[in-house]
Amino acid sequence: MAVEAPSDGDHVYLRLEGITKSFPGVVANCGINLDVGRGEIHAVLGENGAGKSTLMKVLYGFWQPDAGTISVDGKRLDLRSPSDAIRAGIGMVFQSFMLIPAFSVAENIALTLPGSGVLLSVSAIRARLREFGSRYGLSVEADAKVWQLSVGEQQRVEIVKLLVSGARVLILDEPTSVLAPHEVTKLFEILQTLRRDGYTILFVTHKLNEVMAIADRITVLRKGGVVGTLPRAGATLPDLVDMLLGERELRAGSFERRDHEPGGRAVLELHDLSVRSDRGRTGLARVSLRVCAGEIVGVAGVTGNGQTELGEAILGLRRPAGGRVVLDGVDVTRRSTAAILAQGVACIPEDPLRMGVAPGLTIAENMVLDERARYMPFGGLLTDWRAIRREIELRVENFGIAIPRLSVPVGTLSGGNVQRLLLLRALARKPRLLVAFYPTRGLDIAATRMAQELLMVSRNGGAATLLISEDLDELFALSDRLVVLSRGAVAGSFRPGEVETVDVGLLMTGAAKRHEWQASPASSIPGS
Amino acid sequence: MLAMLQSVLGGGIRAGTPILYATLGEVISERAGVVNLGVEGGILVGACAGFITTAHTQNPMLGIAAAALAGGLAGLVHAFMVVTLRSNQIASGLALMFLCLGVTSFVGRPYVAVKINAVPQASVPGLSRLPLVGTVLFTHDVLVYGAYLLAPLIWLLLFHTKWGLALRAVGERPAVAYASGLPTSLIQYGAVVSGGVLSGIAGAHLSLAYARSWVEGMSNGRGFIAVALVIFATWHPLRSVVGAVVFGAVFALQLQIQARGVALSPYFLDMTPYLLTLVGLLLMGRARRHAMPEGLRAVFEGVT
Repeated sequence: MAVEAPSDGDHVYLRLEGITKSFPGVVANCGINLDVGRGEIHAVLGENGAGKSTLMKVLYGFWQPDAGTISVDGKRLDLRSPSDAIRAGIGMVFQSFMLIPAFSVAENIALTLPGSGVLLSVSAIRARLREFGSRYGLSVEADAKVWQLSVGEQQRVEIVKLLVSGARVLILDEPTSVLAPHEVTKLFEILQTLRRDGYTILFVTHKLNEVMAIADRITVLRKGGVVGTLPRAGATLPDLVDMLLGERELRAGSFERRDHEPGGRAVLELHDLSVRSDRGRTGLARVSLRVCAGEIVGVAGVTGNGQTELGEAILGLRRPAGGRVVLDGVDVTRRSTAAILAQGVACIPEDPLRMGVAPGLTIAENMVLDERARYMPFGGLLTDWRAIRREIELRVENFGIAIPRLSVPVGTLSGGNVQRLLLLRALARKPRLLVAFYPTRGLDIAATRMAQELLMVSRNGGAATLLISEDLDELFALSDRLVVLSRGAVAGSFRPGEVETVDVGLLMTGAAKRHEWQASPASSIPGS
Repeated sequence: MLAMLQSVLGGGIRAGTPILYATLGEVISERAGVVNLGVEGGILVGACAGFITTAHTQNPMLGIAAAALAGGLAGLVHAFMVVTLRSNQIASGLALMFLCLGVTSFVGRPYVAVKINAVPQASVPGLSRLPLVGTVLFTHDVLVYGAYLLAPLIWLLLFHTKWGLALRAVGERPAVAYASGLPTSLIQYGAVVSGGVLSGIAGAHLSLAYARSWVEGMSNGRGFIAVALVIFATWHPLRSVVGAVVFGAVFALQLQIQARGVALSPYFLDMTPYLLTLVGLLLMGRARRHAMPEGLRAVFEGVT
């Protein structure tokens, strides 16, 4: 394992030597060496926090390394800023796109164009767009505003932007994490065409199957260092898993899923729920849905197709334009959020740092925030912080979170640890209904596994769960029933065993209309 | 009645001129993602520096140049505080405003009641003889024409040049602009200093053309009206013109009412522009909030 593969004959185009980069308290990259040949798709594989993004941002001049050198085509580069990298022909598509939503596609592309003249020349950009669009299947509307585009289209804008600005090395940071399966296929076709034309592509991911599908060579990172580089032809999935995780073992297999009597009592019922949205997002249009006790209902959909509004309407954060929300038989459509939470509803919010925690408060303070009545009687005068700490420490210990002290501000924790805390906080209340947005986002493989098990334990204990996720594998593994949201409407409803992930992906993006296998209407009781 | 309407409109254009300069400056600054509440201070230092220079040289053109320089310096201070030191832009702007108020009151004290050569009037040949609108539109001082010509120029600059695109990108998503290889700090410096220069010229118009005298605190809240006008105008230079003329007309109307001896407390009349500001914010606030450059919500912290 972990053998350095010789770069079979063709010379090294891009070379990173001894790259070291540390941030306060953590060494993100430690002496990393990476050789990439011209016209090669080179996968950089690693778990969350392995240092992939840091390394790529160093290569893009976004961050300056503490030590190490970068050279392209034998010439050593001194990258002080992204503009240096762009001049050297290195371009990057970030995980969160670097596009300005209020600008048109042409304006966004003009931003990176090397300067010639002062006046904006949209017609020249249009011509370039057409040229690259037809050659690589990257067609995009030049005058459309970016906020109107789908995620897949935005990604295409990002790639065209790099090509137009003359990049020869393309860095793609987790490019598939936002795409539906058939969009991934399309992206891979584009990448293969680009490789044929001599573009060098760095493909950053933590998904093994994608690496095996597209990469020529694979470099695996772990804990900020290189574990090894190997050609795809010589790689097997078990090898890669070993390299990724080290000696840790993955418990494979499915979850213990206790069956409940069919047609259990409905905890959450939505009747023809319609919700208006903010600008640029889809609302909800007459969504009907039912979640029973002891059931996980998965909501699949590309972000921005009404998931936010769905969650906000259930939690009373957004007033519906029509329809009803019923909790345990009680109409709560116009109740306040406080009243709804008091009925036993817990939430893992969509945007943890904005809606889940107050970053400036300590961990302990955040953990009691949504159950003030229980932990802080008499207006908080009789708060027993020691008891609270003991209780939290007990929970935290079981979940393996590395927390320095409970008195540090939550804002100093990593995204993954914040997510774990939120999960713990939500489940600690033993909710009747759990609304979980992307519960495993930002977690590495082991923590994801544990989080999913916790969700399953909660389900087996009789909680109703609405699981909103973009990860189809997760939805298929956990859900008793799946609902697909597309443009704010239910595009399909079925049991996970009945369909393939690809079909769901097509529905998610509106590429397929309601399918014939849509066996049961959305509001029917499962198993009836 | 017609005569009064004409004089209110003509007066509105004249009184709207300093507001327009200041508003255009603030549009540039905010489009680049920096709010400058110190506009008021910029107007004051401009008015003061312009007046003192003119009093000594008897050349109002030199006065205008000095005013622009002084306003630019005030902008530079704000840019240094906000862009380089990353301090809170609200606090920095307010502090700058009070600092300028104090400094100009002190420095300008000997010049109260001094007489100067005003900025020359220039009727546009031919056009000023047009019926009805001729005198309203075309018998003003040069700074007035400058302001109304500047608005379309800044519109061109912001929306049809690469500089403008870069500036707006910094104001929308500084991280994106940085990743696109733009010098974000430099652009913000440029925008805030330009805004300061324009607020200085606004002050020059106040002391060298409109009032033709120096009084401490003579900007009298016009800077804050400009900040509010930027919101009415949805950060758009051409719409700023409409707002500036409307507010200018309110100032002019106020003078007319006083001149005609209408029995209304002058204190109440003094309130009207600011009352109008609040009413306007109330009406426009929610509807057009999305036009705001996204980057205004926070100052770009740069990369570590």
